[in-house]
Amino acid sequence: MLLKIEKRPESSHSMVYVTPILALLLTVLTGIVLFKILGVDPIEALKNFFIVPINNQYGATELLVKATPLILCAIGLSVGFRANVWNIGAEGQLTLGAIFGGGVFIYFHDVDSVFLLPIMIVMGAIGGALWGAIPAFLKTRFNANEILTSLMLVYVALLLLSLLVHGSWKDPDGYNFPESRIFSDSATMPILLEGTRLHFGTILALLAALGTWFMLGKTLVGFQIKVIGAAPKAGSYAGFSQKKIVWFCLLFGGAMAGIAGVSEVAGPVGQLLPSISPGYGFTAIIVAFLGRLHPVGIIFAGLLMALTYLGGETAQINLGLPVAVTGVFQGMILFYLLACDVLVNYRFRLARFGKAAS
Amino acid sequence: MKLKMIASMLGTAAVAGTMLVSGVASAEEKVGFVYVGPVGDHGWTYRHDLGRQAVEKALGDKVKTTFVESVKEGPDSERVIRQLAADGHKIIYTTSFGFMNPTLKVAKQFPNVKFEHATGYKRGENVSTYSARFYEGRYVVGKIAGKMTKTNIIGYVGSFPIPEVIRGINAVALAAKSVNPNIQIKVTWVNTWYDPGKEGDAAKALIDQGADIILQHTDSPAPLQVAESRGVWAVGQASDMGHFAPKAQLTAIIDNWDGYYVERTKAALDGTWKSQDIWGGFKSGMVQLAPYNSAIPADVVKLAEETRAAITDGSLKPFAGPFNKQDGSEAVAAGSELDDGVLLGMDWYVEGVQGKLPK
Repeated sequence: MLLKIEKRPESSHSMVYVTPILALLLTVLTGIVLFKILGVDPIEALKNFFIVPINNQYGATELLVKATPLILCAIGLSVGFRANVWNIGAEGQLTLGAIFGGGVFIYFHDVDSVFLLPIMIVMGAIGGALWGAIPAFLKTRFNANEILTSLMLVYVALLLLSLLVHGSWKDPDGYNFPESRIFSDSATMPILLEGTRLHFGTILALLAALGTWFMLGKTLVGFQIKVIGAAPKAGSYAGFSQKKIVWFCLLFGGAMAGIAGVSEVAGPVGQLLPSISPGYGFTAIIVAFLGRLHPVGIIFAGLLMALTYLGGETAQINLGLPVAVTGVFQGMILFYLLACDVLVNYRFRLARFGKAAS
Repeated sequence: MKLKMIASMLGTAAVAGTMLVSGVASAEEKVGFVYVGPVGDHGWTYRHDLGRQAVEKALGDKVKTTFVESVKEGPDSERVIRQLAADGHKIIYTTSFGFMNPTLKVAKQFPNVKFEHATGYKRGENVSTYSARFYEGRYVVGKIAGKMTKTNIIGYVGSFPIPEVIRGINAVALAAKSVNPNIQIKVTWVNTWYDPGKEGDAAKALIDQGADIILQHTDSPAPLQVAESRGVWAVGQASDMGHFAPKAQLTAIIDNWDGYYVERTKAALDGTWKSQDIWGGFKSGMVQLAPYNSAIPADVVKLAEETRAAITDGSLKPFAGPFNKQDGSEAVAAGSELDDGVLLGMDWYVEGVQGKLPK
């Protein structure tokens, strides 16, 4: 007897819904073993990972706060990934969004106007899009691999931010510490729920998801993206410009990441710092695939990813688990989710030795 | 009927609630610690965690300590600090500069919780700040380095160009120059507190530029390990890193928070806690030196010990004049010294430091 993996003739629709549940089951089972070995009550541990962080209003809003930049970046990336445009540099585009958006405040910090924040958001989108334009130009003009160029530009962006906050954008009353002024009220994302950190950026993320859903389903450019992604040759026979799609995907992905950046610095961060994101742009790549490149899927994937972070903190606080264990557990969830995805396109078959494979 | 049921349910819930609260209160008070690195960094966070253990040891079953490690500075830290506060922690230590604004934000929402923030400059009714005069240790290290170097080049692995770090570099430069006028200090910035890979690479680059003494203001023992393998000297950071570099480590500047943490936790428990700003050095025991390497000649050890004793009793001030800034202009005249305000905002190099500050 032999276990064989074979490609399904068509990807399985039922598996799209079954695999996440299967993955969750496997995670829980392995988690029970892991926590038993560590001498922690498994039920208690799982409760601390998945339920305690969000069993009150504040926790639930924190989940949205944490998921917002992930969803925004992942939405932008997913459009590119569908068209085989591999933008890996959302982290850099996010940083440029923070610089452009935050820069508006730095130069107009004494202006108290309702227009300040909208301008910051628009500038953030422009900043991110400009940073995405560089790999787009290099790709369409010189056929340079966008994976490399967009990734390398992340480090340039981070150093650019570092240069600014160590230099001319430093808070004049900040004892030379590398931090900007704290953003004024008119430069801060409105809080949606008194007493929490839930801010307007979350609405932007939901709007981005809705808009992208609409774009992919109902517009010509969405159709072109899907065709070029699925069958590049068919796309070019149909007269779709590959170059235009590359430009569109990188500008769109950059703009979304840029909005994520400005919504972070004008939201929970509240100022420009040398480091404004713990790698949201990179984590968003996982979120995009976890959400199967679908806007609604990405919202759920972003929330799940955020929950693993919150759960990790809660487990440390309540159970005294070391950060390494929480990291292992987070990794396990992702591993199972992505590994189970194989079942969407492949299936297991029992085959006998000696029998020719059909 | 229905109302009655709801009322009785509420009653049960309320009783359960009180039981829970009193259960915690009668047993032990919770003390929280937020770390920027892993407790196994063998440096900064490791020493803070030893401080936490000292609190557990000294106060026994009166306290229960909680720590969260590798917390990112920024919005994540605010959530962690808030969670600790909401969870009934009586006093919370936030042990990295980047936790400053998050600590203050949370402190405003929890006026009954005491907060202690390390190395910051903003305080509040319920927020104290504390730091150590690490530059006192660095001044002694500078004397040793100035005597021990053959190439007259000291390599310095810097984290971020903030006053705290610049102060350390300047203290080393002043001390080294006082025993060796030809000394040069080369600084490499790695823009991180903890990244063994980057720190090690920086140390290699400095050794390639002729440095035969590696100093560091980052938290991992990687630079010492590089120094050990390349056969040059190094000085441990935050804790005794001698077991990583038994031949290379001249000494180490040790942060000791044990006494401070025990004292402040006690104060929080008995209600005498008040907001304050503490900047302790050799004298308070917050800064200590690891045993000297046996390869250091006796006269250098004697010089180091004399320097340390003089700083401890106050007869020697590391930043006493006269000395010049890097560009040759006078920083302090003879007979006076830099006050704490200038030290806290230091953003210029003294003579002898190579390169420009990133601005």
